[in-house]
Amino acid sequence: MRHFLDFEKPIAELEGKIEELRRTTDAGGIDVAEEVGRLRDKAQSLLKSTYAKLTPWQKAQVARHPDRPHATDYINGLIEDFLPLAGDRAFADDAAVIGGMGRFRGRAVMVLGTERGNDTESRVKHNFGMARPEGYRKAKRLMELAGRFGLPILSFVDTAGAFPGIEAEARGQAEAIARSIEAGLEAPVPFIATIIGEGGSGGAIALAAADRVVMLEHAIYSVISPEGCASILWRDAAQASTAAEALKLTADDLRKLNLVDAVLPEPLGGAHRDAEATIAALGDRIADLLEPLVELDGATLRARRREKFLEMGRSGVI
Amino acid sequence: MNWISDWALPKISGLFKREVPENLWHKCPACEQMIFRRDLEAALHVCPHCGHHMRISAVRRLECTLDPGFSRIELPRAPADPLRFRDQRRYTERLKEAQAKSAMDDAVAVAHGTIEGQRAVVAAMEFAFMGGSMGAGVGEAIVTAAKLAVLQDAPLIVFTASGGARMQEGAISLMQMPRTVIATRLVKEAGLPFIVVMCDPTTGGVTASFAMLGDIHIAEPGALIGFAGARVIEQTVREKLPEGFQRAEYLLEHGILDLVVKRSEMRATLARVIGLLRVPLVEAATAPAAEVPALPAPEEPTEQPAQA
Repeated sequence: MRHFLDFEKPIAELEGKIEELRRTTDAGGIDVAEEVGRLRDKAQSLLKSTYAKLTPWQKAQVARHPDRPHATDYINGLIEDFLPLAGDRAFADDAAVIGGMGRFRGRAVMVLGTERGNDTESRVKHNFGMARPEGYRKAKRLMELAGRFGLPILSFVDTAGAFPGIEAEARGQAEAIARSIEAGLEAPVPFIATIIGEGGSGGAIALAAADRVVMLEHAIYSVISPEGCASILWRDAAQASTAAEALKLTADDLRKLNLVDAVLPEPLGGAHRDAEATIAALGDRIADLLEPLVELDGATLRARRREKFLEMGRSGVI
Repeated sequence: MNWISDWALPKISGLFKREVPENLWHKCPACEQMIFRRDLEAALHVCPHCGHHMRISAVRRLECTLDPGFSRIELPRAPADPLRFRDQRRYTERLKEAQAKSAMDDAVAVAHGTIEGQRAVVAAMEFAFMGGSMGAGVGEAIVTAAKLAVLQDAPLIVFTASGGARMQEGAISLMQMPRTVIATRLVKEAGLPFIVVMCDPTTGGVTASFAMLGDIHIAEPGALIGFAGARVIEQTVREKLPEGFQRAEYLLEHGILDLVVKRSEMRATLARVIGLLRVPLVEAATAPAAEVPALPAPEEPTEQPAQA
C-alpha cells in the first residue's frame, strides 16, 4: 500500500482508479486497457507537474516520507561486507547513529548514518533518528578510527535533529555534537556526506562537516525545522509552510548559497517511488566525488575542507 | 491641543511623580529587592542581596575583564540578510534596530589587551543583539578573534551569551558551527589556551560548537547552559525538568564545566588560568620567602602524643 502525501491526493485518486479498473479486467470483465493507458498517462503527467513545482514545505514532507529509503537502505545497497560497530566506549550504544566498516566498490570505507527506522518497533529502537550524546561520540570514535587507517568516510544523514532530553543534556549533548563536528573537520581522509532526507540542524552537521556534501533533490537541510521556526518567529506552528519558504532549506537553495556541493536528482515522484534507482545513482555520484579525493594526502584534505567551511557566509548571496 | 493637555495634565501627573529619577533604582529580577543603581554598577551587576548575576553588555564585559587601555578591533562585515528573510518583520529591520540599540554591528565585540598584565584576546557576546544569535557576522567575529589571538600569541577568551543559531540566516547560520569549530582549532594548534566563559544564557548552536571546545570551561553562577530549550525538552519527554536543570552548577556536577566563578572573581581567575598555562616557571619566590615567618616552635605537648 503506497503512502500518499496530502498534496498528492489527485494522483492517489487516479492511481486508485487505475488499480480498480485493472482488477475488473483481471476478474474477466470488459477489456479496459485503453482506458487504463489513458488514465496512466494522466497520472504520470499530473505527477510530473506536481513534482516540478514542489513548494519548500511540500519538499519537507517528501523528505520525511515514511517510505523514503533510509540510511540502512543505502548501506545495504551500496556497501558490501558491512561490519557494524557499536558504542561510545563510555556509556552506551546509540542506535540512532549506525556506523561500521565495509567496502564501497571494492574500497574499504567507514560508514555513518542516522537511521529513523521504518516501523513502530524499529523507530523506537532508533529513537526516530534523533541521537543522544552517545551517538555523536560513537560517530567521533569511528571517524578517528577511519583517520588512523586511511578509510574514507561516507555518511548518510536523515534526522530531525539531536534528541532533546533530560539525560541527553546531562551527558553533554552539546559537547558531543561539537566534538563530532570537530572530528569530521579534522579527519585526514576523504569524507563525503549525503543529506538523504531531513538534515536537521546540529544533529545533521555533526555528521556532515565533510569535503563534499551531496543533497538529494527533495531533501531539506535547515538550522531549525519549519514548524519550530514558525512557532518562534510567527508564534504559530501552522505557519510552517511560510517558514519553510523563508528558511531556504531546499537542495537548490543550499546549492545556490554554496553550502552543499552537489544535488542528486530523484526519480519522478521522489526517491521512494524507485528506491533502487536512487540508491544506485547516489552510489555513482559518491564514486565520482570520491575518486579525486583519494589522491590527496590528509593535510591537504583537511586544509581544503577548512577553507571551504571558512568561506561559508562570507559571500554567496541568493 | 488645549489647556488641559498642555498645562493641566502635566501638572496633575507631576503631583504623582516620584521625587527620584526612574533609573536610580533597579529591581533584582531574582529576589525583587531594590538596588541602588550605583551600587549595582560597582557590584558588576550582581545583586548584593541574593548574588544573582544579571546580564551585562559585551562592552561592559570587556571593561571588567581587561586592564584599562585595551583596544577593541573592527570586525569584518558579513553580508547582511543573505536570504532576504522576512517573518513578521524584515530581518534587515531587526538588524538595524539591534544595531541602534546596542551600538554594535553584530552580536560580538572583540578586543585585545592585558588581564592583570598578561596578554589576551577577548571576544564577548551581546545577548541584547538579537538574543546573541549566531549568523555569519558572529562566525566571522569568532574566526577573526582566533586569528588575532594567533597573530598576537595570546590566549583567546570567549564570553558566550546566546540563544543559539540565527534563524534569519537559515543554513548559513548552521554552517557557522563548523566554521567556529575551525577557529578553536587555529588557536589550539598555535599552542594557545582557548578559554570559554559561559554566561547566561548559552544554548543551541553556540553551545554545540565553539563554546564546548574550550581547554577550560568556566561559567557564571546560575547561567543557563544547554543545547535544547527547556520547553522543547518538556514537550518531548513529558516530564518535569529537575530543579536547577541546565544551570551552571548542574553542568559542573555533570562534568561539563571546570569552574563556576563569580563575576567579581572572574578577572583574577582568568589571570590565574593564563598564568598557570602560559608561565611554566616563576622565579622561585626567594625574596618573599625571607619574610615568611618561621613555623612557631612546637608548644609543649599538653597531651600524650598520638601513636604513629
